[in-house]
Order: sequence, then C-alpha cells, then structure tokens
Amino acid sequence: MSELTAIRADHLGKRFRIGESDPYGTLRESLMKGVMAPLRWMRRERSPNKIGADMHVWAVRDASFEIKEGEVVGLIGRNGAGKTTLLKLLSEITEPTEGQAQVRGTLSSLLEVGTGFHPELTGRENVQLNGAILGMGRSQIKRKFDEIVEFAGVARFIDTPIKRYSTGMQVRLAFAVAAHLESDILLVDEVLAVGDLEFQRKCMGRMEEASSMGRTVLFVSHSVASILRLCPRVILLDRGGIVEDGKAANVVKTYLDSGFGTSAHREWSAETAPGDEVARLLSVRVLDDSGAVAEDLDIHRPVDIEVTYRLFTPATGTSPTVTLKFTNDEGTVVFASTDMVRTDWYSKPRMPGVIRSTCRIPGNLLAEGQVFVELILASTNPAAIHWMESDVVAFHVQDATSGEGVRGPMVMDWPGIVRPMLDWRIEAEARSPEA
Amino acid sequence: MRTPVSADAPGAEERGRDRRPQPASPRTLRTLRARKGWTGFGLSQIWNYRELLYFFTWRNIKIRYKQTLIGAGWAVLQPFFMMIAFTFLFGRIAEIPTGGVPRPIFYYAALLPWTYFSTTVSTSSESIAASQALITKVYFPRMMLPMSFALSSLFDHLIAFLMLVVLMIYFGVTPTITLALIPAFVALAAVTAMGAGLWASALNAIYRDVRYAVPFLLQFGMFVSPVIYPSSRIPAKWQTLYYLNPMAAVIDGFRWALTGTGRAPGAPLLLSIAVSLVLLLTGMMFFRRTEGLIADLV
Repeated sequence: MSELTAIRADHLGKRFRIGESDPYGTLRESLMKGVMAPLRWMRRERSPNKIGADMHVWAVRDASFEIKEGEVVGLIGRNGAGKTTLLKLLSEITEPTEGQAQVRGTLSSLLEVGTGFHPELTGRENVQLNGAILGMGRSQIKRKFDEIVEFAGVARFIDTPIKRYSTGMQVRLAFAVAAHLESDILLVDEVLAVGDLEFQRKCMGRMEEASSMGRTVLFVSHSVASILRLCPRVILLDRGGIVEDGKAANVVKTYLDSGFGTSAHREWSAETAPGDEVARLLSVRVLDDSGAVAEDLDIHRPVDIEVTYRLFTPATGTSPTVTLKFTNDEGTVVFASTDMVRTDWYSKPRMPGVIRSTCRIPGNLLAEGQVFVELILASTNPAAIHWMESDVVAFHVQDATSGEGVRGPMVMDWPGIVRPMLDWRIEAEARSPEA
Repeated sequence: MRTPVSADAPGAEERGRDRRPQPASPRTLRTLRARKGWTGFGLSQIWNYRELLYFFTWRNIKIRYKQTLIGAGWAVLQPFFMMIAFTFLFGRIAEIPTGGVPRPIFYYAALLPWTYFSTTVSTSSESIAASQALITKVYFPRMMLPMSFALSSLFDHLIAFLMLVVLMIYFGVTPTITLALIPAFVALAAVTAMGAGLWASALNAIYRDVRYAVPFLLQFGMFVSPVIYPSSRIPAKWQTLYYLNPMAAVIDGFRWALTGTGRAPGAPLLLSIAVSLVLLLTGMMFFRRTEGLIADLV
C-alpha cells in the first residue's frame, strides 16, 4: 500500500429525477419551457417550484472518503443504498450532481460481466471488443489473449459465435477478460455472484492476486463472506450516505446486526404508496405465528409475509399478483414463491379495494441468519410490473442452541441454505452380532 | 481518460505491504465533477480512445454483415435499385436532363454519397439509445458510438463504389484525372455525416421526437440535394442558399470527378466545406454538453 491517494471523494452527491413525469423529455416540453421562461420571469417565478423539488431523489449524498493506492475496500449496504451509483460516479458513467472525486491512474469498472458482448460475434471477437471497451489497448489484448482463453476454458469454441455458448461459458469468458485487466483501480460490482462454484473460487483467487499486486480494488457485494475474505476495510452505505467506514469485521457486524435499513415492517401512506395506476403497495410485514410483527424469528415456528396493496381497477386473471423471493445474507436466493398458485382466487374477478396476500413459510425450513425478501407486484396479462423492490423487508432466523434444533447438541456453524428438521429412523438390527 | 500504463507498473516488488518511499507516480490525477456549460470538442478524449473507436467501427461492420444473408450485397443493392427506379421515374417519365451523362451513372454517382450520408445519420442517431446497456455499465466517450457509424458506413460505401466501376465500364464512361479527387469528396461527406450524426444522436438521447424527425429530415434532405436533378437547374440567385447544404457540394463533386461533366467545384464548394466543418465542430460541442445527461436518460 502506498501513501498516495487512489480515490478521494469529497461530498459526492447524485440526484435523480423520479416520479410521474418521464425523465426522457420531449421537444415540445423544452420548447414550451423556452417560450414560457420570459412569462415566468415577468411573474417573478424564478425560484424552482416546489413540485419539482419533490420529484428528485438523492441516490448518493455527501459521500466523502479516501482510498490509498493498493487498498482493497468493500462496499456493503442493502439494495438501493447507493452502492452501484457510487461506483458509477467514480467510473465516470454518470456525473456527480454535487461534490467531486479525484482518481489517480487508470480505472476499470466491472458493473456486470460481458458488457458489450454480442451474440453474433465469435468468442475471439468478443474478447477483443470487450477488452477494448473495458480499457485494454490492442497490443495488450493480443498479449493477453491466450491467457484469457485458457482461464475461461473455452479454447475449443473460440471461433464459434457466443450465441451458441452456454450461459456458464459466456460468463466464464467475460470474467476471464475482466480478470486480465491491468488497470490501477478496479471497481467491481457483485460480478462474482455468477458462474459455478469452482469458477467463483478461481475469480476470488484472481481478485486476491490483484490486490496483492498493489492494485486498488473497490468491491461491492451482498456476500458478507467474500467481502470479509477480500477486504480489510469496509464502507457501509445506507440511503445514499456513508454510515460506517472502518475495519471489515466491525462494519460487517453493524450491517448484519441491524439488517441495515431493512426492517420487518414497511408501511406507506396513500401519497407515497409505491406502484402504478393498477395497484399500489400499502404495507409489507413479517409476522410470527402469533400475528405480531417480528424481526427475530424462531427457526421452528412458521413465518408469515403479509403484503397489503390497493387495487384501483377491476381485475381478472393473474393480475396483479404477489411474488416473493427470499435471499440469504450471502446473496444466495433460497427460494421464491408466488400467490398465483391460488388459482381459485385468480379465477374469479376482483373489484377495486384493499387486498392482503400472505405467504406462510413453515417452521424448520429456513436456515439461521438474515433473510431478505424481494417483492414483485406484477400482472401477467397484460404483462406489467407495478412495483418491485429487493430487500423490501428482512428478518432474522434464530436457531436455538439448547439442543432442540436441527444441529442437535452441536453449537458449531451449520452448513446449508435451508435447515429442515428431517425424520431420522434409527434402529438396531434385530440380531446382535454376538449371537 | 485512461492513460497507458506499462504492464508491470504496479510491479511484483510492491507485493506485500512494502512501505518504501516510491518514485513520483506516473499516474495522472483527474477530477470528476459536474460539467457545466460548453467544454470544447473533446479532441484529447477522442485521441485517448482511438483504439476503442476502431473496435466499435470494426464491430459495426462485423455485426451488420453477420446477421444478413447476402452480407455486403446490401450495400450495393440499395443504391442499385434506387438508381433503376430513378432512371425510369425521373429519366424516362419526367425526362430530367442529365447533361449527357448516362442516366444510371448520373443517379448512381449521386446515390452513392447520399446513401452513405443517410445511412450514417440514421444509424448514428440511434446509436446511443441502442447501446443503453453499454452506456449504463462502462465509461468511454459516448461520442465514439455515433462516430463509429460514420466510419463503418464507409465500408458499405466502398463496396457500393465497386458497382459504380462496373457501371462505368458497361456504359463506356472514361474517368478523367479528376477521379483522384474522389477521396476528398468522400472525406467531405464523412465530415458532414459525422457532424449531422452527432447532432442527431445527442438530440435523440434527450428528446424522443428526434427519432421520428430523422427519417423525415433525411427524405427532405434528398430533395434539397442534387440527387434526382443536376444542380445547374438551381437558379443563380438561390445558389448561395443551396450550397449551405454541404451534401450538395459533395454530390456535385462526385458527378464532376467521376464523369468530368457537370459543374466543377468552385466558390460554393468552399462555402460547403465551411458549413460542414461548423456542423462537425458544433456537433462535437453539443454532444459534449449533453454527454453528462446521457447515461441518466437512456
């Protein structure tokens, strides 16, 4: 690690426009604005109007930090905390609304694997194109080509259009290109969450190598395990601001303990209810088997996820429907479930009003740990997503160490993304070996 | 901008947590902040990313020809059939004079630069919207996208040009020494198309109306360019106005350089060159000005 600063952010902020109005303007609006400007000026309405101010949201606000050359820093936070926006600001994909950042040296951002891959082009051509897009020069690509192909393990198909590749092969090839970048600074966003286990291990190895070579790495991930493995320092973001910045173990603890920013209970007022003209969400709650909102739940008892929304138009068929996706704190999707399975409900027409859809997760299914719930409120016909959000609610599953849990009397970490209580049959053979 | 750094700059001796004082870093420090107002042409950026421009151009060509059945044939067929239609419609029926040049040559020589221009403008105007996935995921000067289409269309243009050679041999048109000036007119067409493409792509990223305006404007542009008639038919008092359209000079130049007939380039050409350069430079400036908005809008 050198004493030179690789990245310095000073009160970095990014504001996006949201709301009813389409951010993508039409010429007419702009022309009208131009025509109306003198009129407004005459009426002394030069201050920005209040409605306009409400339609903006700060994805990142007042973020200040410094990263030294050779440092490897993890960035965690729940979805919507501003992690990706921060990476986009540092990689110049979007411009900051306020504040500034200073960056020393060449920088490559890996916000997804295979950026710019084209299905019609061959593996070879895609390596060249993708390399160039990520900032490699022609000579560098030529020099690294064989290494990349070998890393990806696709040598036999290198002159085949990648539309004929399996998804796994495409991902491997894409990551191989990214892994051979020689930029001074790498910004990596969750790309390790793809590919098979063995390949993931290979990628992690590659990232560790990059950091030991003195590269600066800023790594965004949901996977607490990989953050802890790679990053001595972690920055925790929430609602666009930096909450904690320090030693990985401490920050990760804050993050996990609080289920940060995600609670077991979300509620919206009529004005802020997310959704569209068909349906708007009113509340999402995590309930224990007594019907009370609960953050910490006993592994043996069922959990209810209750989704309440307002339907504005008469509906028939599967619209709107509630789908839930459950993710653990390593970013692995444990399972997903949809209320479309209730065909009896969806076969009848529904009138506008408040609808409550509750999903019961039986006890002895989820593993111990934090569980994040993604909600998708959508219709299939006509297809439309009224609203979706990952980590809309979260809860913590606790397994007792009293000896009645799946682990039996053991108190060690227990593997697996589910923890069902299974039946064991134990019997002694009828005839004893002595006889 | 990414400055080239040699492969072993963060060398192996830095391995571990070595805290020896280091030589002054050759890495450049740059500041990212909101760009305000006009910030020039971005020439140094274009230079730094010239290899990416090459790769985008190469990609455009590859993709265009991989997805189609007859590949390069399209580059020839389009102007060729237009030429046949024009020969009958405007030649046989409307009997527009061509100044002694065989009609197919007369039309094809004009359709070549015009097809190049209109293909470039329409593809580059969509280039930003079509590359949404790329633009929101990785940084590069966005200008590379529309510019690469001005370059990749040159490849089509070259193929279509071969057809012209065949036509000239067939109709026994002997080229004169002026043929050597063709590259200069191609360059003028490229500058014009790039300029118009930059304007159209930047506007298209901000206003969706542009998508509908571009085809209409291109159609209109063909009528105010000497594609279906010789420019000699334009009354003298309208000449200056007429050559504010740089494609008028390009098309005139093509006909003249290929067949040695028609109007030799003169003062109007200088006007067209000036307009064309202004179009390109203002296009670059306007594009730079809107660049900050693009990733948030597409």
